[in-house]
Amino acid sequence: MTGFPRLIPVADRAILVEFATVLDDAAHAAVLGLDRALQADPAPGQRELIPAYVSLLIGFDPLVTDHAAVRAHAERLLARPADPAPQAALRQVQVCYDGDLAPDLPEVAARTGLTPEQVIAAHLSGDYRVYMYGFAPGYAYLGGVPPAIRLDRKPSPLRDIPAGSVIIAGPQCIVTTLTMPTGWWIIGRSPTPILDAGAARPFLFDVGDRVQFRRIDRAAWQAAHG
Amino acid sequence: MAEAVLRVQAAGPHVTVQDGGRMGWQRFGVTESGPMDRVAALLANLAVRNRGDAPLIEVSLGGLTLDCEAGAVSIAIAGGGFIVTLDGARLGSWQVLTLRAGQRLTIRPGPWGSWTCLAFAGTLEAPEWLGSRATHGLSGLGGGRIVPGRVLRIGTPRMLPDRAIPCPVWARPRRILHATLGPQDRHFAPEAIDALREGTFRLTSAYDRMGVRLSGPALPLAGALSIPSEPVLRGSVQVAGDGVATVLLADHQTTGGYPKIATVVSPDLDGFVQCRSGQVVRFDLIAPEAAVAMARRRAQALAGVVARLRQGQTDPAQTGDDDHRP
Repeated sequence: MTGFPRLIPVADRAILVEFATVLDDAAHAAVLGLDRALQADPAPGQRELIPAYVSLLIGFDPLVTDHAAVRAHAERLLARPADPAPQAALRQVQVCYDGDLAPDLPEVAARTGLTPEQVIAAHLSGDYRVYMYGFAPGYAYLGGVPPAIRLDRKPSPLRDIPAGSVIIAGPQCIVTTLTMPTGWWIIGRSPTPILDAGAARPFLFDVGDRVQFRRIDRAAWQAAHG
Repeated sequence: MAEAVLRVQAAGPHVTVQDGGRMGWQRFGVTESGPMDRVAALLANLAVRNRGDAPLIEVSLGGLTLDCEAGAVSIAIAGGGFIVTLDGARLGSWQVLTLRAGQRLTIRPGPWGSWTCLAFAGTLEAPEWLGSRATHGLSGLGGGRIVPGRVLRIGTPRMLPDRAIPCPVWARPRRILHATLGPQDRHFAPEAIDALREGTFRLTSAYDRMGVRLSGPALPLAGALSIPSEPVLRGSVQVAGDGVATVLLADHQTTGGYPKIATVVSPDLDGFVQCRSGQVVRFDLIAPEAAVAMARRRAQALAGVVARLRQGQTDPAQTGDDDHRP
């Protein structure tokens, strides 16, 4: 990782810290480490931290501080020996793979040469991690889809896919929170609320959390879905 | 009267409730939203003695017609040069006036500007989501879109004397966008940086609260690439694989996988959004230190405008335009 991390000034109000330019687990761990360090010991004037796969944006108030001061603060934290990463929280997400709730399951099976039950088993066997949020509120990008069921996204998106859809593309999986178009493969539906705006803690996941899917049957989905 | 009741007779697309924005949730994928022209929103709110970040209605080029069905309330309009009429009589476009039961207010596009703000002396009742009444564009959550038939209730309405609101020179459409290079400028061919620095760019009609696509010289990438999504800001100049630039605005997504060649400084964004499709802008690349200095000078200039507004001076401000020079 020569040359990394790179601290890049952005406009009048942010520093982008890049730990790599390609997906890399060590770089992602470094993002989470600096994110934790800056939450515990914020730079004066720090407004917001936005973690992504291999980069962290530190937003600040230009009336209070500037790039040089925020950079110096971040560099001090980066130079400290990293605290050991805390045990990642394990979040359980229920998913029903039944019929119309999993419209792409047959196609995913056909394309991967598996049976639908094998696709389900593969999906359930994944060890998922929350890499980042993006695209829309509560859209947590989970990495960890097993290689056997990794497919490129579809050539064109489908509209009006219901909230709670469990969608996969490549190594990534998302449990959707809004009715939105998607070009990913829809392999199930979850009643587990990922975003509950009324709750004290509106988002189920923090970046860095581990996620495990648990299969439920149609009756359980009905009961939980209401 | 404990409230004023207004009914939306007509509203174009992209007319929404906004407030100071939904801050602090971008790490969960929630963009800040808030007014496109934050200076106009602040001045409209302060002109009717609200908090600067109180909920108000942002009106697009689609325009708005409201009927006051009950009560009375003073309102402030600021931002752009829109045509405002009360029962058909034309009024100034930066103005405090009072709307009474039976009266009709119309706001439609005028000589300049793309967005105007309508603030109410009182409390605009609107749903809150994640601590803010700003409309989240993608979902419509929060205060929500203003559509024909919607009834707006203004709690504890107040009446204020009619007056003009000072329009700072820098609230006008801004044709020179000061920007810092990057943060992903290394993904571009050297000629792309030259083209950004020297070329002129036209706003296309692909312009909404998420961003505006520009047409102009191609900004070629240094090679075919896919970069991991990185956080973006209001003002990010994102370039898609076809070399076309988009400036991201109030309802931008929180992360993007296209490289950002430059980022427009915040003091230029309020004036920039008042440009219209077809207008031409240029980029002036400045150092980050100069960007911070601009933000501070703008805050001072704005404080001066606010002070004059609070003293009740109604002369149109001749604030000078020196604050945009780095």
